[in-house]
Amino acid sequence: MDIFLQQILNGLLLGSIYALVALGYTMVYGILGLINFAHGDIVMVGALVAWSVISALGASLPVPTVLLLATAAAIVVCVVLGLVVERAAYRPLRHAPRLAPLITAIGVSILIQYSAALVWGKQYLSLPEIVKPGQIEFGGAQITTTQAFIFVLACAIMAALLWFVKASRMGRAMRATEQNPDVAGLMGVNTTRVIAFTFALGASIGAIAGVMVVLYYGQGHYFMGFMLGLKAFTAAVLGGIGNIPGAMLGGLLLGLIESLAAGYMGDITGGVFGSNYRDVYAFIVLVLVLMLRPSGLMGVGSGDRA
Amino acid sequence: MIALPFVIDATLGRAWVRIIDVALLFVMLALGLNIVVGYAGLLDLGYIAFFAVGAYCYALLASPQFGIHASFLVLLPLGAMVAAVFGVILGAPTLKLRGDYLAIVTLGFGEIIRIFLNNLNRPVNITNGPQGITLIDPLQAAGFSLSKTYTYGGFVIAPVHLYYFVFLACALLTIFISQRLENSRIGRAWVAIREDELAASAMGINTRNVKLLAFAMGATFGGVAGGLFASFQGFISPESFTLLDSVMVLCMVVLGGMGNVRGVVLGAILLTALPEALRYIGPLQQQWLGRVFIDPSDLRMLLFGLALVLMMLFRPAGLWPSKTRRRELLINATEKAGG
Repeated sequence: MDIFLQQILNGLLLGSIYALVALGYTMVYGILGLINFAHGDIVMVGALVAWSVISALGASLPVPTVLLLATAAAIVVCVVLGLVVERAAYRPLRHAPRLAPLITAIGVSILIQYSAALVWGKQYLSLPEIVKPGQIEFGGAQITTTQAFIFVLACAIMAALLWFVKASRMGRAMRATEQNPDVAGLMGVNTTRVIAFTFALGASIGAIAGVMVVLYYGQGHYFMGFMLGLKAFTAAVLGGIGNIPGAMLGGLLLGLIESLAAGYMGDITGGVFGSNYRDVYAFIVLVLVLMLRPSGLMGVGSGDRA
Repeated sequence: MIALPFVIDATLGRAWVRIIDVALLFVMLALGLNIVVGYAGLLDLGYIAFFAVGAYCYALLASPQFGIHASFLVLLPLGAMVAAVFGVILGAPTLKLRGDYLAIVTLGFGEIIRIFLNNLNRPVNITNGPQGITLIDPLQAAGFSLSKTYTYGGFVIAPVHLYYFVFLACALLTIFISQRLENSRIGRAWVAIREDELAASAMGINTRNVKLLAFAMGATFGGVAGGLFASFQGFISPESFTLLDSVMVLCMVVLGGMGNVRGVVLGAILLTALPEALRYIGPLQQQWLGRVFIDPSDLRMLLFGLALVLMMLFRPAGLWPSKTRRRELLINATEKAGG
């Protein structure tokens, strides 16, 4: 088995999930200039809802039906949650000083986490294996069919989103609001609705990412959204926050970096910096990007953004 | 104030004296964070890292871990200095960033410190990993130790009482320094930066240095509090320095009133005492509802989250806002009313 190729594949897979979560951050940031701290936790809720549906249905229905139902349930719950959060916590503060919505976002994040702890408990929830995944050989490396499915689906969603933002009427409204909310409003765009829609869109993509996470790791936990959210945010910054293709690129790159670093740093340093440091790499990337190129890889340099 | 621990000891029990000790520690911490968040307006989500640095600094050099038992007279200033250096190290690359980026980077920094503390037991055992460091020396000098019980003619002074006086002195000193800073040239520079960075730099303030100073100053307070915490507990582990602790200190500052010393003190005392009071909720649920539905510590976090959101929505300046803040809000309100 080719370890290098294996790490690359793992990195891409993980990266595609980061990219999906990063989209939620980047779309909201693009329009509101707000870091939606609670997004990682919305993804967590999606994952845990999917876990509940999958474990409740088990093998009683065909596997694709179960997955479809789980995803649908996750999307519904997350979209509702996203809309409620936007309406209750962010909308009243749209013209408040910068610090205020950020602190609210942290509060919302804690609220969602501990509400989830009440519903699902604090233990790790492991997913029952509903189907034995097949193995795919790929030039000396192996991935499971589940993983291949996740990757393909993630890419399909990203492509669909790119098309949507570029070609649809709502997508155009989103871009207009991003450029200048006031002028967009004058042009007849209902910016309040566009913002709510952006939250809903981010939340539904996050929900799908949540389902993927639970399938990928085979377990869920009420605190999982925190790290995931931070990494996805890092991915969004790496690609250039506010930039949708950038978030995708950033996610994939971050997945690769993390996978390779966790895989090889241990060997290079003689086991000193093993995989127990894997969460540190994302932060190092974040700090480096912010220092060297705050506008990100694909972002347009703008004094305000950084 | 001097009789307080003995009164509480006699009425509520010794556990509450301990809680007051902890509350005083948190007063110091919250005031340190208040410099960064309240005065300078830089949202720091990893503040507990400085607390951790101070605590580990003390613990490593005053415990059997390395067999070093240095005096606290050396260690507390050392902890403060190391924490300040960490503050500058964190601040230097990040202070060019706008507020929300800074928040994320500091959050990441806090986590990095914790991850390192957790893993630095290999290949050389420095921090003893997740097990933490035990048997840390108490504050002691010239044969007088704060961990011993002294009896003067039937009047018992336990360690918690002694620590109360030390912490009270330190907290009062912190309050004094904070208030002096607020009205100093530097304090006004911080507020100017918070209000409008561009205007501040146009007025000739070296914004980068002044912000760095805020970080270093806040970190110093955190470092000293950390050292005191380590000596008080006698045991520390990375568990005590999680993100939630950072958020809790932030809650104290935000709830009490960002930028107002009295408000922050109030916030720190309230938020330390409240969770202890919530502890009675568990048995109450048992009694009334038949079983424990909400774990008190979870309830505490839920209330914290809710409090952050509600405060920002309805009372953004805190329970006890500073005068400037109140004035600003008033102006904003009249502007809005005027159309």
